Amino acid sequence: MMRLPKFTYRVPKTIADAVQMKADCGDESMFVAGGTDLYPNMKRRQQTPQTVISVMRLAELHSISGDAEKGITIGASVLLTEVCDNPTIHHSHKVVAEAAHTISTPLLRNMGTIGGNLLLDTRCNYYDQNYEWRKGINFCLKKDGEVCWVAPGSAKCWAVQSSDLVPVMVALGAQLKFVSTQGERVVEAAELYNDDGINYLHKSPDEMLTEIYLPPMKGKRAVYKKLRRRGAFDFPVLGVAAMVEVASDGTIATARIVLGGVAPAPIEVTDAEAALVGQAFSQATIEAAAEACYIKARPLDNTDFVMGWRKQMARPFARRALVELQSAL
Amino acid sequence: MKNGNNGKPLKVVGKPFRKVDARAKCTGQTRFADDITLPRMLYAKLLRSHVPHALIKSIDVSKALALPGVVAVITGKDLPIAYGILPVSQDEHALCIDKVRFIGDPVAAIAAIDEDTAFAAMDLIAVEYQRLKTISTIEEGLHIEEPRIHEYGDSGNVHKKVSLEFGDMDEGFAAADHIREDFFFYEGNTHLPIEQHAALAHYDADEKLTLWSSTQTPHYVHRALAKVLELAPTHVRIIATPNGGGFGGKSDPFNHEVAVAKLAMITGRPVKITLTREEVFYCHRGRHPVLMSIKTGVKKDGAITAMHFRSFLDGGAYGSYGVASTFYTGALQTVTYTVPRYKFEGARLFTNKPPCGPKRGHGTPQPRFALEVQIDKIADDLGLDPAKMRRNNLAAAHSVTANYLRLGTIGLGECIDKIVAASDWQNKFKKLPYGKGIGIACSSYLCGAGLPIYWNSMPHSGVQLRLDRQGGVCVMCGSTDIGQGSDSVLAYIVAEVLGIDPFDIRVITADTDLTPVDLGSYSSRVTLMTGNAALQAAERARELLTVAVAEKLQAPIENISFAERRVFDVENPEVGVTFAEAVVLAESKFGTIGTVGSYSPPRSPGKFKGAGVGPSPAYSYSAAIAEVDVDADTGITTVERIWIGHDIGRSINPALVMGQVEGGVYMGLGEVLMEEMVYRGNRNVVHKFPSMLEYKSPTTMEMCEVKTFLIEDPDPNGPFGAKEVGQGPLLPVMPAVVNAIYDAVGVRVDEVPATPEKVLAALRAKAQGKEGRYGPQGVPATNWPEPLKVLPPAEGGDGREMPREAVHLRD
Ligand SMILES: Cc1cc2nc3c(=O)[nH]c(=O)nc-3n(C[C@@H](O)[C@@H](O)[C@H](O)COP(=O)(O)OP(=O)(O)OC[C@H]3O[C@@H](n4cnc5c(N)ncnc54)[C@H](O)[C@@H]3O)c2cc1C
Ligand code: SF4
Repeated sequence: MMRLPKFTYRVPKTIADAVQMKADCGDESMFVAGGTDLYPNMKRRQQTPQTVISVMRLAELHSISGDAEKGITIGASVLLTEVCDNPTIHHSHKVVAEAAHTISTPLLRNMGTIGGNLLLDTRCNYYDQNYEWRKGINFCLKKDGEVCWVAPGSAKCWAVQSSDLVPVMVALGAQLKFVSTQGERVVEAAELYNDDGINYLHKSPDEMLTEIYLPPMKGKRAVYKKLRRRGAFDFPVLGVAAMVEVASDGTIATARIVLGGVAPAPIEVTDAEAALVGQAFSQATIEAAAEACYIKARPLDNTDFVMGWRKQMARPFARRALVELQSAL
Repeated sequence: MKNGNNGKPLKVVGKPFRKVDARAKCTGQTRFADDITLPRMLYAKLLRSHVPHALIKSIDVSKALALPGVVAVITGKDLPIAYGILPVSQDEHALCIDKVRFIGDPVAAIAAIDEDTAFAAMDLIAVEYQRLKTISTIEEGLHIEEPRIHEYGDSGNVHKKVSLEFGDMDEGFAAADHIREDFFFYEGNTHLPIEQHAALAHYDADEKLTLWSSTQTPHYVHRALAKVLELAPTHVRIIATPNGGGFGGKSDPFNHEVAVAKLAMITGRPVKITLTREEVFYCHRGRHPVLMSIKTGVKKDGAITAMHFRSFLDGGAYGSYGVASTFYTGALQTVTYTVPRYKFEGARLFTNKPPCGPKRGHGTPQPRFALEVQIDKIADDLGLDPAKMRRNNLAAAHSVTANYLRLGTIGLGECIDKIVAASDWQNKFKKLPYGKGIGIACSSYLCGAGLPIYWNSMPHSGVQLRLDRQGGVCVMCGSTDIGQGSDSVLAYIVAEVLGIDPFDIRVITADTDLTPVDLGSYSSRVTLMTGNAALQAAERARELLTVAVAEKLQAPIENISFAERRVFDVENPEVGVTFAEAVVLAESKFGTIGTVGSYSPPRSPGKFKGAGVGPSPAYSYSAAIAEVDVDADTGITTVERIWIGHDIGRSINPALVMGQVEGGVYMGLGEVLMEEMVYRGNRNVVHKFPSMLEYKSPTTMEMCEVKTFLIEDPDPNGPFGAKEVGQGPLLPVMPAVVNAIYDAVGVRVDEVPATPEKVLAALRAKAQGKEGRYGPQGVPATNWPEPLKVLPPAEGGDGREMPREAVHLRD
C-alpha cells in the first residue's frame, strides 16, 4: 500500500488561530481542506509538510451568501457538491455549478472544496507519480530534481493548471480574499495565477483563502467546455471558459475567453476577445475567435492525450462554447 | 449426449441462481488476502530497480538492517533458483541476482514490524548498477543482438520464432480471385484488477509453509515455491484467497510470493505483502503489443483460399507465458471461417519492460482484430455485405481445421442472425448519416487448453465430494474463483445431479492441502473441466445413493430419482426418503460416502511440434455489432450500443453468463478506445503512468448499452453441453467498433486503441486526398526459420510434420 508520511494535524476553530498557527509553523506547514489534492501528493512525497492545518472547522469558510443582484460570496471550505447543488449559485452563476459538476466523481466532490480547487497544485505526468517512479527518471525540476523532462532546456516548470473552476473564475472576474497574520487582501482571480508550474500562485504560503466573490452576471452569459478522456475522474486537459455580454443591438459588448489545462496558468485569449467584441455573433466571428484560441493553446507532452491533438482541440472546443452562447441568445 | 441430464428437466442448471458467495462479497465479509492478519505478523516491501537494464555491481543492505524495526532483508543470493510458469522459460528470480531487466524488477525484500519502517528501509539499501543499453521496441528486439536481455532464446533478443505451414500456400493464393495484405498494430494493455496482489506466508513449528495469495493458479505456485525454496512439496500449502479480479494477471508465480515465503522462513514470523498499484503495473503479464501482417486470398464470394499471418510480439523482460502467447497469435484464425491453407510465422522479442503474458483472450484478441478488420475490407472490396459474407463462409461444425484443431458445435451462424436482426443491420449498414456507423465482427475462443503447462498425463481437474449422514454435501476442488463464479458452478452442477439446493452445498476450493488439483483459472477451462469432474463425482455419489434407496424402497434402480432434496420412485413420487436419509442408507450400506471425479481433455489430432497450443475440448463463438458516433471535428468515438451473440453451448447459469458477456464488452471498449500500456523510451523506458487515474480504462460513463443473446447449442464435450464465456465475448468488440468507425466516417484505424488523434489523423489524410487510414505501413524484414510443414487433414494429412523428402518432392 502507499502510505502517508507522518505529520502533525491541527484543527483551528477560528480564522485568527488558523493564520497564527500557520505563521508559527512556518514553511514546514500547509493548509488542508478536503485533502483530495494534498494527501495523494503527500503519499507520493511530492509535498511533505510536517504540519497540516485544516480549514474545515472554520465556520465562516462554509457559508454561501448574496444573490444574483449583488453577486455571491462562497466560503473557501464549501464542498464542491454544495457548489453543484446550491440553488443560489445555480440561479445566479449556473456556469460555476456546471463546471464544478465536471470535476472528478461524486465521491471526490463530497470531500473536495472550492478553495482547494482554486489552489490546486499544478499537474504533470512526470511529477504526479510516486517516489520510486520519480527516482527512476532522476526526479525533475518541480521536486527533488534538476531537469524539466517536458522541456529539458527550460529553466521553468511547465506543469499544468488543472482545475476546472479556475478558468471560469477568471472569465467571470471573481475576487478572492486571503487572510494572514499580516491582514487581509482581495485579489482578482486573473491576477492570482502565475505562469510557472512551481510558483504557480501569486500568493505567500502564509495566506489563507477565506472566500470567493462572484460579481453579478447582469445579462452576461458564460459556458465551460472541458476536454477529458472519460466522463468521470479525469482532470481537464483543455478547458474553455467563455463569457460574453451582448448589447441590445446584438453586438458583443464584452467577451472573455480563458483556456485552462494547457499551461501553468489559465490563459486569457485576448485575440479571441478582440475578434468578438463589437461584432454580432456569426460563423465568421466565431471561427476567428476559435482560431485565436488554437494559436494561443500551446500544450506540452505532460498530460493525457497527444499534445498536437490537444492543441487542435482548442478550435472545436472554443467554437462549441461560442455556438452555445450564440444559441442561448 | 454424454454429459447431460439424460432428457430429464433441469432444476438448477440454466436457472439464474445467485452466486454462492454473493452475499459475503456484497456485505464485505469475503476475506481477501490483504484482509488476513496473523499474530506477530511482519510487513514486507520490495525494493525495485529504478533503472531499466543494468548489471548489479553491489548491494549494501547494512544500513537498512540497522534501522530499528527492520527484522530481515534478503537479496538475490538468498534465492538463487530460477523459476517461471513455463518449463521452457525458467528465467525469473524472485530477486535479481546480477542483472535487472526493467524498471520495477525487484532486487531486495525487507520484512519490518510495519509498512512505514519497511518503506523507510528501502531508501537505505544502496545498489550500485552498471547501466546497459536498453531494448525498448519490437524493431530493437529484432535487430539489436547485444546486449542480450537473457542468455537464452532463439538469438540476440529474439525469445522465440515459430513458423508453421499447412498446405501449399502458392497454390492457395493462386486459387484466389482477390488477395489483400494488411498491417495492424495492437498496443499492449493490462488487466487492472481492482484488488492489488497480496500474499501472506507463515512457516510453522513443524516446518510447513502456508501461503495465502491472490493467485489464479495455486497449483503452479505450489510447484514453483517448492522448487525455489527447496522445500518438499508436501511441506508447502497454497491457499488461493478469493481474487478481486484476475483476468490473467494473477496466473504466474510471482516474486512477491516467493519473497514473503522466504522471509517467513528466515524470521519465523508471518510476513505479508500488499502491492501498490504501481507494483501491479510492474507485475503486468498483460496483453502483448503485437505488430501483424495478414495476407488473405479469397474467392469472389469471400471464401478464403489461403491465409498467411505474421506476428511480432513485444514480450517485455521475461518469458512468462510468452511462448504460448506467441503460438496463440497464430492458432485460432482457422476456427471461425474455413481456411484451407494456412501459414503462420511469429516472433517474440525481449524488451526492457514489465513482462507480458496472458490477459483475457490470451494472444488471440490481436490476431482476431487484424483478421476481422481485414475481412471487413475484403467485403468492401468485393461489394459484399460483411455480415452475410461471414455467415456464408463459416467453418464446419465437428470438422478438423487446416492446423488440426478439432471443432465441436458452432453456434456462430445463429449468433450472427440474432444480432443482425436485432440491430436492424440491413437498414443501417452504409445507410446511417455521416458520423454514425455500424460494424460487425466474429470470434471464437477455447474452452480450456488441451494440454497442461508442464507435461504429464494426469487429469486437468479433480473434484472430491463428501456426503455426510446429516445430508451435508461438500465439494472440494483446486479451482480458483476469480469472480467469474466457478465456486457457484461446482455447487450448481452437484446440486443438479443430487437433486438438492445449491445453497445447501459447501464448496471448498483452491487449497492445495484440502482440494484435488485443478490446473487453475486460465484458458477458460474451469466450467468445462471442473464441471465435468464435478459431474462425474456427483454421478458416482448418486449411484451409491440410488442403490441404497432402491433397496430400501424395493423399487427398480432405474426408477430412483433425485429432486427437491428427496430421493424417490418416479412412478410413485410420494414413496421416497429425504436426501439426508438417503445418505444414511448409503453410508450404512457402503461406509463413509466420498467420491471423486476427474477430467482429461480429449487428445488433439495434431502431432507436430507446436500442435500443443490451440486444441481444446470445445470452442465458444461470439459475434458482435457495434453502433458508434464519431465526431469528425475531434475524432472522438462514442460507442452507443453493442449487440452481442454468444454461443455458450448451454448456460449453467444465464445470469452469470450475461455478466461475463457484459464484462467482456466493457473490457473490450477499454482496449479499443483508450487503454495503453506505454513507456517513455527516451526516459529510461519508464512506464508512462502506472496509476489508475492516468492509465485510462473506461468508467461506467463510457459503458454502452449492451443487448446480449445467448445461443444454446450444447456441445458434447461440455458439462450439460456448456462452453466458455469468460474470454470469448471480449474478442469481437474491438474489430466491431473499428469497423463501425469506417462505416461512420470512411476511415480505417488499423490500430488498437483507436484513439481520437488517430481517427482525426486518418480523416485529415483522407481530406488531403491521401489514404484515409491510420496504422503501420509494414512489418520489419525478418529471417524466418524454415517452416514446419504439415499437410492439412482435408488433403490427407495425418497431423505429423511432413517427411523431409516429401517436402522436397512437393517443392
Ligand atoms: C482522482 C482525482 C481526480 C480529480 N479530478 C479533478 C477534475 O476533474 N477537475 C478539477 O478541477 N480537479 C480535480 N481533482 C482535484 C481535486 O483535488 C480538487 O478539485 C479539489 O477541489 C481540491 O479540494 P480539496 O479541498 O480537497 O483540496 P486540498 O487537497 O485540501 O488542498 C489543495 C491545495 O490547496 C491548499 N488549500 C486548501 N484550502 C486552502 C485555504 N483555505 N487557504 C489556503 N490554502 C488552501 C492546500 O494547501 C493544497 O495545496 C481531482 C483529484 C483527484 C484525486
Ligand atoms: S513540467 Fe517539467 S519540471 Fe514541471 S513537473 Fe513536469 S517535468 Fe517536472
